[in-house]
Amino acid sequence: MSTLTQAPAEPTGVRALAKRLSLHLDTLPTAAAVVIFIGMIVYGEAAYGRIVQFNTLSNLLINNAHLIILTVGLTFVILTGGIDLSVGAVIAFSSVAGVMLMNAGWNPWIAMLVMVLIGTAFGAASGILIQYFHVQPFIATLAMMFLGRGLASILSTVPERLADDSPVRELGTQIKVYDGPKVNDIAITPGVIIAAVVVLAAFFVLHRTRTGRTVYAIGGSEQSAQLMGLPVAATKMWVYIISGTLAGLAAVVYTARLGSAQNITGIGWELDAIAAAVIGGTLLTGGAGFVLGSVVGALVLGLMNVLITRDGSIPPEATTIITGGILLVFVLLQRAVLARRRE
Amino acid sequence: MSAHAHGPAEALKALVRRQYFWGIVAIALLLLVNLVKDPGYLAVSIGSSGNLVGNVIDILRAAAPVILIAVGMCLVVATGGIDLSVGSVMVVAGAVSMEFLSGAPDTPGSGLAALGLVVVVSAALGAVNGVLVSVVGLQPFISTLVIMLAGRGLAKVITGGQNTAATNETFRWIANGYVLGLPVVFLLALLLAVAMGLLVRRSALGLMLEAIGMDPKAARLAGVNRRALLFTVYILGGVLAGFAGVFATASVMTVDVSRTGYQLELDAILAVVIGGTSLAGGKFNITGAVVGAILIATLDKTVVFLGVSSSATPAFKAVVIVVLCLLQSERVRRAFRQRRAAAARTPEREALAA
Repeated sequence: MSTLTQAPAEPTGVRALAKRLSLHLDTLPTAAAVVIFIGMIVYGEAAYGRIVQFNTLSNLLINNAHLIILTVGLTFVILTGGIDLSVGAVIAFSSVAGVMLMNAGWNPWIAMLVMVLIGTAFGAASGILIQYFHVQPFIATLAMMFLGRGLASILSTVPERLADDSPVRELGTQIKVYDGPKVNDIAITPGVIIAAVVVLAAFFVLHRTRTGRTVYAIGGSEQSAQLMGLPVAATKMWVYIISGTLAGLAAVVYTARLGSAQNITGIGWELDAIAAAVIGGTLLTGGAGFVLGSVVGALVLGLMNVLITRDGSIPPEATTIITGGILLVFVLLQRAVLARRRE
Repeated sequence: MSAHAHGPAEALKALVRRQYFWGIVAIALLLLVNLVKDPGYLAVSIGSSGNLVGNVIDILRAAAPVILIAVGMCLVVATGGIDLSVGSVMVVAGAVSMEFLSGAPDTPGSGLAALGLVVVVSAALGAVNGVLVSVVGLQPFISTLVIMLAGRGLAKVITGGQNTAATNETFRWIANGYVLGLPVVFLLALLLAVAMGLLVRRSALGLMLEAIGMDPKAARLAGVNRRALLFTVYILGGVLAGFAGVFATASVMTVDVSRTGYQLELDAILAVVIGGTSLAGGKFNITGAVVGAILIATLDKTVVFLGVSSSATPAFKAVVIVVLCLLQSERVRRAFRQRRAAAARTPEREALAA
């Protein structure tokens, strides 16, 4: 408001620097996430030791591959200003169904395809409810969450084990890339490679294609995007389908690593994925964020779990409390940044 | 209500037009199914101690916690929000009371103290939601999702991961006792529901809540104190959920940290939607929520009675929620309206077009 009355002054010296910084306020939360990640590594190394070494960091990637995949999917949805609360339940249903199909004698690869497609179907159902029936995103995906959890409980309420010779387990087996001294190796699993491919593909789609720009535009202002003639309806359908499909893929990766599935798998993972995206700098209101930031966010949460386990004095039940607390802190940080930008 | 009911015929017509009428119909249908399976299902006899005993009484008893969380949820939904944390507030309330009572003497005094503790703790959890929604301006589903997941963790921390059991006659009386032949829990739940109903409908409170749900900006311009109202509503929702937690744990005097209140937010949302409250906010119906809660209790008991695997009920409830959401959506309503208008060939369409 005051800029209207003020004579526009030439930005010089400190003001120019401030202006340049304020232009990049979007990246502040992401930068904060990177700083926190490094800080946690340094603290962990100093307090508990054995953090900065090949096997700990490889395990961090291996154990969080599914979370990275989930977070990428949720980043798409949150960027449009929506939300997907169903991802955890989709993983439960998809993995229980997949393992039961394989144990019933299905070809494992076809069963894995079915697992991914289950996710796609859930995402498409949410998308239709949201786009064509104008149900609010959180209600539509909440209903899908209850549905997924309910269907998983119908199938089975006990852990379903994969056969020991199932080729799915190969997706979770570690491949030594570099053979270090003792157990200090660099290792990856096919699951990590899948996660990396997903991240790269998402990065390309979001930052290098029209669809990606439409996603950001919808988050900025859906009405404006519509008026500009962007394919809002199709894009909104796509983001929920992407999120659901990636949840199905995450189910494959997680099941391959764990070797079993249960109807209570993935309780609270929607919160983890939302928190990871938010920590990585994605605005909950949509329109701003980075896929790579979300990956950092997921790794921050994963590292937090490692530190809690190493510490031993914090009960593991408190993990959700801490995750929630971190999410809230970051949301507050975002609001402060937004308020700053509006000034 | 623009049309005043004069005769019994008009009153009946008005009742049919209410959405919760179909909830009552569904309850009657479920009872009928049970009656077909066992002709003596509806029989209510007088037990040895002069109390009413029967399946219907069991249903009322089971409905009590759901009624409480549904009423709380109803008010939150009216403001355009949602409270996903009710189930977790229940388990925290149960954990707090059981943990307190397991170390306290079995006196009415300690029972009341436990109740007071529950009120304080559940109000605090509700206040966290309230602050996050009203002051911080966070979306309700995010803040209550955090409490939903953190709450269960909190309950596990409180009891040390154990399923704590305790003994207290006052608590046992609340859960299993009778007044005037009816279960205390049901009477208490009904009393609280009626009190809430009177509070919001006999004052401008209900209207203000609906105004916030309809259009927050317009409500603010009309001078509605959005912040204070939202804060109050989430605290009320928390306290009601806390009482529900006491009801749910006191009947067995054990808190099961992973099962008490698990997925009860599903039941609360379903009850509210069945009762004709729109999840988009802006209108609510407490009577409807109570009817919805009783319907859910009837459904749960019927499933067990018929011997159907109860693991299928959550999925079925989710499908019902999806269908009701579709029915409430503008697109489906318009389709219905158009069909009705076309069938009646009323001049309504020309009036709309003009």
